[in-house]
Amino acid sequence: MHNRSDRSGQTQMDRPETIGERYMHTKTTILTLPEEELVHPGNRACAGCALGIAYRIGLKALGKNTIIVVPPSCLTVLQGLYPIAATKLPSLNVTFASTAAAATGLLAALKALNKKDINVVGWAGDGGTSDIGLQALSGACERGDNFLFICYDNEGYMNTGVQRSGTTPLGALTANTPIKGKLQNKKDVPAIMRAHRISYVATCSAAYPLDLYDKIKKALTYEGVKYIHIHTPCPPGWGFEPRYAVKVGKLAVETGLYELYEVINTHLRLTGASKKLMEKRKLLPVKDYFKAQNRFAILTDAQIEEQQKDVNARWEYYFDILDDSDEETAD
Amino acid sequence: MGDDYRWRTSHSKSGPGDAGKTGSWRILRPVIDPATCIPGKRGTPSCYMCWLYCPDGVISQGIPPKIDYEYCKGCGICAEECPTKAITMVEESSLIKEDT
Amino acid sequence: MQIIESGNVAAALGVKLSRAQVIAAYPITPQTPLTEKLSELIEAGDMTAEYIPVESEHSALAICIASSSAGARSFTATSANGLLYMHEQIHWASGARLPIVMCVVNRGVGAPWTVWNDHQDSMSQRDTGWIQMYANDHQQIIDTVIKAFYLAEEVMIPVMVCYDGYLLSHTYMPFDIPDVSLADSFLPPYKPAYCLDPCEPANLNTVTLPDVRPDINGNRAHGYMEIRHLLQQDMLASMETLERVDSRFKEVFGRGGNPFVESYRADDAEFIAVGIGSLSYHLRDVVDNLRDEGISVGVMSIQLYRPFPYSAVAEVLKDRRGIIVFEKALSYGYQGPVCSDIKSALYHQGRQGNHGPYVLNYILGLGGREITTKDLYDALKLSCTTDPTDPDKLRWIGLKL
Repeated sequence: MHNRSDRSGQTQMDRPETIGERYMHTKTTILTLPEEELVHPGNRACAGCALGIAYRIGLKALGKNTIIVVPPSCLTVLQGLYPIAATKLPSLNVTFASTAAAATGLLAALKALNKKDINVVGWAGDGGTSDIGLQALSGACERGDNFLFICYDNEGYMNTGVQRSGTTPLGALTANTPIKGKLQNKKDVPAIMRAHRISYVATCSAAYPLDLYDKIKKALTYEGVKYIHIHTPCPPGWGFEPRYAVKVGKLAVETGLYELYEVINTHLRLTGASKKLMEKRKLLPVKDYFKAQNRFAILTDAQIEEQQKDVNARWEYYFDILDDSDEETAD
Repeated sequence: MGDDYRWRTSHSKSGPGDAGKTGSWRILRPVIDPATCIPGKRGTPSCYMCWLYCPDGVISQGIPPKIDYEYCKGCGICAEECPTKAITMVEESSLIKEDT
Repeated sequence: MQIIESGNVAAALGVKLSRAQVIAAYPITPQTPLTEKLSELIEAGDMTAEYIPVESEHSALAICIASSSAGARSFTATSANGLLYMHEQIHWASGARLPIVMCVVNRGVGAPWTVWNDHQDSMSQRDTGWIQMYANDHQQIIDTVIKAFYLAEEVMIPVMVCYDGYLLSHTYMPFDIPDVSLADSFLPPYKPAYCLDPCEPANLNTVTLPDVRPDINGNRAHGYMEIRHLLQQDMLASMETLERVDSRFKEVFGRGGNPFVESYRADDAEFIAVGIGSLSYHLRDVVDNLRDEGISVGVMSIQLYRPFPYSAVAEVLKDRRGIIVFEKALSYGYQGPVCSDIKSALYHQGRQGNHGPYVLNYILGLGGREITTKDLYDALKLSCTTDPTDPDKLRWIGLKL
């Protein structure tokens, strides 16, 4: 599992991927990840913030030839308050709804100024993607603007104090669903992106950073809007000790509640840990995931049983329909 | 407007410590036992799960890995994810002398 | 080159001559022919620009904010509810100190729906920190667009170029198209002091604290209040810059000279009627009639509304007997915004031991209600021949309750 290959050159900047050049993937391991950090420590993210992991590793995949667009979100705060920036990349803070539109604008300027080989990447939270940001994102998909949109999904408006968002799961207690829990299902944003028939859609988890790294690299080789959805557990928001952030993230995947997949030109395949689940045909009980987080404290056994049935049905589909793929991504 | 443009807008330059020395957030501090740590034992770069999963990037790929206590927030993810349980979370208050 | 075309086309040609690089376009009556013309010019190869058909006005200005931050000359246009939809971004663009130019083709705002002309849309944005300029005819439209880009990039403040929907946007008038090489010599390519680029990374417009704080080098950096204060200072200073820009424009193209206000038969006038946009030219006909009857009245239009050229305004108005402000907008709950601003400008300047002129406020033409010469004549004559008993009371023209 651990590749002890030569690590020389790892401190050099990754060259930017050029559009149209298919990324010849070799399985990325911890030791082949670029060592250079593109985000400074001492930032304002909570202790144990899984976004911290996703962002740190994600930036390694993007490289320095990148401009980031960030709406109001935890990332705004992580990236730093004026005049100190924790991020080493050029970054544009924008209003809540306009991440995708701003990305379009950056691209237009770069094209007008004939500046090439610069990645434009939006990093929005679930609120800024699935709720207030959805309109602009949809417009950009339809226009085919050439940027990567990353949604980090901590399943709520965490930056403003844990209010529910479109992607908050059913039954979760939040600051504004404090007694009855959320009554609606989690909005499936990757499915919405797939319906736009964009060239690349992927789901990732902060608990599987190598899978995330590979998918970002791969996404950058496609045209038009690319979409990556990252499940990012939030210790204060979800109600668990910070040290379990990765464990909780893994449980989401290992119970089958959250799938790691990529969709290339509408063809879906599971990757990494989810692919392994499909091959082994065995999921951990969803109860393990719910019991690990205080926000699901009011879920009844009956409700948990309902969710288990949903997951089972969904995975029956995967077990029966999907074939193994030749390509592999790292877990 | 020339060079003073930066003073007229919210224009931030990158550097550490936007939230100050976040090491002060800690109640518990991660301590690596080099004898149990895989790279520590083998004397060659390997494993580095702690480096991978640190949300703040305060662990560097040393032999054994080195933790920047000025900024480590003490979240404990490294201790939780270490495959050989080489990292222990120790009470800050129990330490007599602070590392610098 | 002289042509006869619509106000919207005049604006589009101004944008073409200004060599805007990024254009965000969302349709809204009565702006649409402007952006349609731009798309025609671009698709025919007569103009080089990135033309982005956006999915909303909020996104239109978002695109301009981003493209301007990255160093491209950026333009969009809108009206009424479209302008209101991007209101959040309007504040953002000025706070971010971006030299975006936007044409606002003035139209009334809902509810209820109207597509016809009044000034409520742009007037409601007067507090946002954008420079606001108004054009009275087609020549002024094309000239002001070009001047606007120059001014915006000099002072790093976005500029709104406003002109009347339908009355100017859709009517046809002869005007001169500035020569391309002259336009290029007047307006050089946009060279910002800073633009977002991986070569010089920075994090723009992030959260700014109430108080000052040291940067990474330990130097004290401004807080929110200082950044906003500097916007205000630079806005006030931009009046002088506009004067310079206007003189230079006059040198190159032979037109201009009235950057702040434009007066007609005002020098010896006892009374001055104030209007903005095409209304001010309409008032000139009325003033001619009244002058024939021996009434000493003139017209003043306001070309630059924000920053408010209070000195220039007070200079024209302070020694009159009466000022009659005709407005197509209202600050609900009080009075017309221009009337308030004029009174404010006169408060100290107009008082020299005596009471200064009385200032009357007429509201008219909301939602495109027709403004007849007769109505203007009746109102102005009454105001100039009868001392008002209640000058602070709002007066309405054309109301049909």
